[in-house]
Order: sequence, then C-alpha cells, then structure tokens
Amino acid sequence: MNKEWLKGLRHGIPIALGYLSVSFAFGMKAVGDGLTWLQAVLISATNLTSAGQMAGLPLMVGGAGLAEMALTQLTINLRYGLMSLSLGRKLDGSMGTLQRLIFSFANTDEIFAVASAQPGTVGKHYLYGLMLTPFLGWTAGTLLGGVAGTLLPAFVRSALGIAIYGMFLAIILPPARKRKPVRFVVLLAVTMSLCFRYIPGLNRVSSGFVIIICAVAAAAAGAALYPEKEGDAP
Amino acid sequence: MSWNAFLPYVAVMAVVTYLIRMLPLTAFRRPIRSRFVQSFLSYIPFAVLGAMTFPEVLYSTGDLRTAAAGVIVAVLLSWQGKSLLTVAIAACLAVAAAQGILLL
Repeated sequence: MNKEWLKGLRHGIPIALGYLSVSFAFGMKAVGDGLTWLQAVLISATNLTSAGQMAGLPLMVGGAGLAEMALTQLTINLRYGLMSLSLGRKLDGSMGTLQRLIFSFANTDEIFAVASAQPGTVGKHYLYGLMLTPFLGWTAGTLLGGVAGTLLPAFVRSALGIAIYGMFLAIILPPARKRKPVRFVVLLAVTMSLCFRYIPGLNRVSSGFVIIICAVAAAAAGAALYPEKEGDAP
Repeated sequence: MSWNAFLPYVAVMAVVTYLIRMLPLTAFRRPIRSRFVQSFLSYIPFAVLGAMTFPEVLYSTGDLRTAAAGVIVAVLLSWQGKSLLTVAIAACLAVAAAQGILLL
C-alpha cells in the first residue's frame, strides 16, 4: 500500500463523516420529494456537490427547463472553477492531464480545503486517497437516507433536515467573521434572498434563478467595493 | 420520478458540474489577470451558500420554532470556527431538543 495514498484516505475520513450525515439528509429529502433511492444515489455518485444537488432537486421535481438547471448548476458551482484554478498551482509532476481529469471530479469545498492546507505540493497518490473516502461517505449516506430515511420517526427526520444548512453555515461564517468583504457579500445575498421569498411579485421567481441573481449581484457588489489585493487567499 | 424525466436532469447537472471543476485544472492553466473577476469568483461561494441557507433553513424542519433553535446553535458554533460535522450534528440535536420541549 502506498503511504501517500493511505495518508490521503486518512485525511478524508473527517470529511466523509461530515458528508455521511449531510448526504443522509439529501437522500431522505430526495425520496420524500418523489425520487427513487437509486435515483438519489445516482445524483450523489455523479455530482458530489451538496449545494448543487440541493438546488437541483426542486428544479427536477418542479419540471424546470434544462437551461435553468444548467445555469443554476453553473452559478452555484462556479466556485469550484476558482478552487481548481487555485489548486492547479499546488499539484506536483505526477499530476498529468489524465490524473487531473480524474481528480477534477472530486474537487469539493472540503477536499479542496484539505489539499490546499498541505505543505508544499500534492501528488496523485495523496489526492486519490483524499477523494475516495469522502466519495464513499457521500454516496453511502445518500443510499442510507434514501432507503432508511422514511423508516425513521418523524421527529428524527425533521431534525436531520437542518444538517446540510448547518454545514453551509460552518463553511461561510468563519471567513465572514474574519473578513469584512465576505461579511458584506453574505449579508447582501441573504437580504436579497429574503426579498425574493417574501415580497409579492418577486416571490414568483423560481428557486434556481433566485440563487443565480442573488449570488451574481452580491459577489459583483463585493468585487466592486472590495477588490482583493494580489495574493489574497481565495 | 420517471427515468425518462430524470435522466436528462442528472446528466445536465453532472456534466456542468464536472466541466466547471475540470476545465480550470486542464485547459486554462493561466492565472486570471482581472482583479474584478478574481474577487468576483472568490466571493461567489459565500454569496451562493448565504442565499441558499436563508430563508430556506427556517423551513427545513417543518416548524419555525425548532428551526430557529437549530439556526441559533449552528450560527454560534460556526462563528467559533467549529468543524462542519460538529455544527451539523449540534444543529440537529438542538432541533430535536426544541421538539422535545414543545411536546411538554
């Protein structure tokens, strides 16, 4: 067994545990919304993205157009493009085009964060290990949630419904606390999102477009008011 | 959901998501020059997750009061920099506890 690969696997375990609980909630919600457990697992195994999957679910169930689906995924997952750009500078010589094609699939917020935090460069063995445990956790959690979720008592199901949002808050709040621009962007996006929900007329806009409009406007306002200096952390 | 309706959606989701992750790692290996674009991209994750969380989280448990309990706990723990797993589990426990209190 390759030592770097084992190290990656090990670093992936906390991510996998976090994913397990969140994807359990996703699987449960997907089946509750009318998908089969196999469909829920297929989404998780091919997408590996919490926010994109959560936003995609109501679009599927509501019969939205494929263009709206594509645009929603593009906006919500645009951040991965930036992470890939950033991580590209950290890869060593073992990461040729084929290896990059494989690893790209698993560049999630958490995997990116752990890989970026490694000293020096990272190679294919480490990254393959690091992507495997979270992938298994994400897929297995969806399967368990989809199959067993409806068997759980109602109070457990409603308590689990909040898990994924807890994870979102844990991702955005620590940087919002440290950096004023991030705080501004989050508050603006949240305020706009509240307007789209509660103001008559505005609340007829569909969920995918609401996220696109809020995210693009808030990030653009943030970029205009607080352009980052060269070398700022992404 | 019927497979005929389902498969195009999942294909679009998977392909778009993969391309976003893959292209910058393979095709475009040059750094972005524009400061505005760079900043815009770095703020996008926070804006997306903020807009996805509120107000949706308030309806995630089926009861505004229990959801509020979960949100308060999640915000406090996240603010202190606790891990994803800790925050997610604590939020669930807070919702369960609030449900218990409401039943009394």
